[in-house]
Amino acid sequence: MPLGLIGHGLRAGRRPRRALPPEARLRPRYDVAIIGAGGHGLAAAYYLARDHGITDVAVLDKGWLGGGNTARNTTIVRSNYLTPEGVRFYDESIRLFRGLSGELDFNILYSERGHLTLAHTDAALRTMRWRAEVNKHLGVESEMVGLDELARLCPPLNLDRGARFPILGALHHKPGAIARHDAVAWGYAIAAARRGVEIHQNTEVTGILTEKGRVTGVETSRGRIACGKVLQAVAGSSSLLAAMAGFRLPIQTVPLQACVTEPLKPFLDPIVVSGSLHVYVSQSARGELVMGGPTDPYALYSQRSTLEWKEGLAAPMLALFPFLAEVRVLRQWAGLADMTPDFSPIMGLTPVQNYYIDAGWGTWGFKATPVCGKRMAETVATGKPPSPIAPFDLGRFAAFRQLGERGAASVGH
Amino acid sequence: MKILHCPLNGPRNISEFVCGGEVVEMPEAGAATDGEWADYVFGHENARGAVREWWFHVPTAYWFIAERDTGTDEILRTYPASEVFGRRPP
Ligand SMILES: Cc1cc2nc3c(=O)[nH]c(=O)nc-3n(C[C@H](O)[C@H](O)[C@H](O)COP(=O)(O)OP(=O)(O)OC[C@H]3O[C@@H](n4cnc5c(N)ncnc54)[C@H](O)[C@@H]3O)c2cc1C
Repeated sequence: MPLGLIGHGLRAGRRPRRALPPEARLRPRYDVAIIGAGGHGLAAAYYLARDHGITDVAVLDKGWLGGGNTARNTTIVRSNYLTPEGVRFYDESIRLFRGLSGELDFNILYSERGHLTLAHTDAALRTMRWRAEVNKHLGVESEMVGLDELARLCPPLNLDRGARFPILGALHHKPGAIARHDAVAWGYAIAAARRGVEIHQNTEVTGILTEKGRVTGVETSRGRIACGKVLQAVAGSSSLLAAMAGFRLPIQTVPLQACVTEPLKPFLDPIVVSGSLHVYVSQSARGELVMGGPTDPYALYSQRSTLEWKEGLAAPMLALFPFLAEVRVLRQWAGLADMTPDFSPIMGLTPVQNYYIDAGWGTWGFKATPVCGKRMAETVATGKPPSPIAPFDLGRFAAFRQLGERGAASVGH
Repeated sequence: MKILHCPLNGPRNISEFVCGGEVVEMPEAGAATDGEWADYVFGHENARGAVREWWFHVPTAYWFIAERDTGTDEILRTYPASEVFGRRPP
């Protein structure tokens, strides 16, 4: 068959179609510059064009499209958070995710697997009951399950009561899903480019130009651009960009690592998270086990992987699934998480006029890509953050209005 | 395992330590505005490059200061806090 396949590939009319137009020259002026071609920046560009007719937009990235956290995360999408503001916000994202492949005409392999957060202590059970009640009150499917139900939902899980940290129950969130993360970035990029947005890779922003407290342009490695409005969506580099614009953030940048194993036959349907043991795992469409754990213990801008992290992951993972002992790790990598003190993001206005911020996504921002893009586009277009994102403003820290999500976000991303 | 040189205990595995965050000066209680206090409590420089931080050796409950490069993950220098905070204010 291989010969036939080659012939098929060479036949006229079967040439691959170019996904993005060739990169244009950087123009001296745009209505809007978006810093960061991750999922967030690209989604914002798409919704600016689709919903607000704003297409004179340049998305600038120092590296390549989706090369930041967007294609480094473990792709968990869920809305079983703790604060009503958070639950409503992430739930809107799930609704957008469900229709995204059709909307973008690009398969993002969205797969609703169900999400299990295991409790190994009474304290964990208590937080989960609280989460389940908040979730149900807001119409989000979330319920506590006991061991019998857990054995049915996830047969390979080690429910031995004699384990060092026996499992007592779990929070079951049916809509929990995984998706192809780079497909989300490429889907938005192609759809935005089709509407006239320019995407400039290898274009690093090195300075923010302001006049009388208002942004007027950005300095880049390829020259200066004047622009009416700027959106920064740079995740791990948030504090560095904010410093260029002249303000400080309540953010620390910490590496977050993940790894995948060699592919196995499909055996694990749900996403399984253990807050107490600090690990989580799901099985990708390719059969690899995608595994993650805690962030690194100190602030750093380096995306190196460490042996300690892998060792720290292996012991608790084997407590949950002992038969994985013989399975090999294929790849390990890190991204840069922009951590806020309350484990909630920062979206909206900044001290600089017409300079908008989308930051503080820490370990949990992939799931928010559609809703954040849509709501930040609205913010940029109207100059006013719409009500679903208003509580996530930068001003909440000085006003002591934090949105504490630690109990729902510190491990299960 | 990465090694951190503790001024009290010598070279130890970095897993024995906890990072206490940037060394910053506390604003004067009576004079600071609410905004300055909030920035002191929540704000971070979060710089890439050389930083000066509090570190804590957990087994011996010893606080000291470390300078390290947050771009390269190198530890540049560690020393007792008395080098910076030698005198108490009157
Ligand atoms: C290992 C890991 C696992 C994770 N797991 C999950 C998960 O399961 N679920 C979930 O919801 N979230 C998860 N996250 C978090 C999620 O990946 C991020 O919050 C999200 O991807 C942020 O998207 P973004 O588009 O804002 O940032 P990014 O994708 O990081 O994009 C920012 C872009 O800005 C560019 N940039 C930076 N500085 C400049 C500059 N000066 N000039 C120009 N461009 C610049 C970068 O090159 C980058 O491409 C995880 C993160 C990691 C690291």
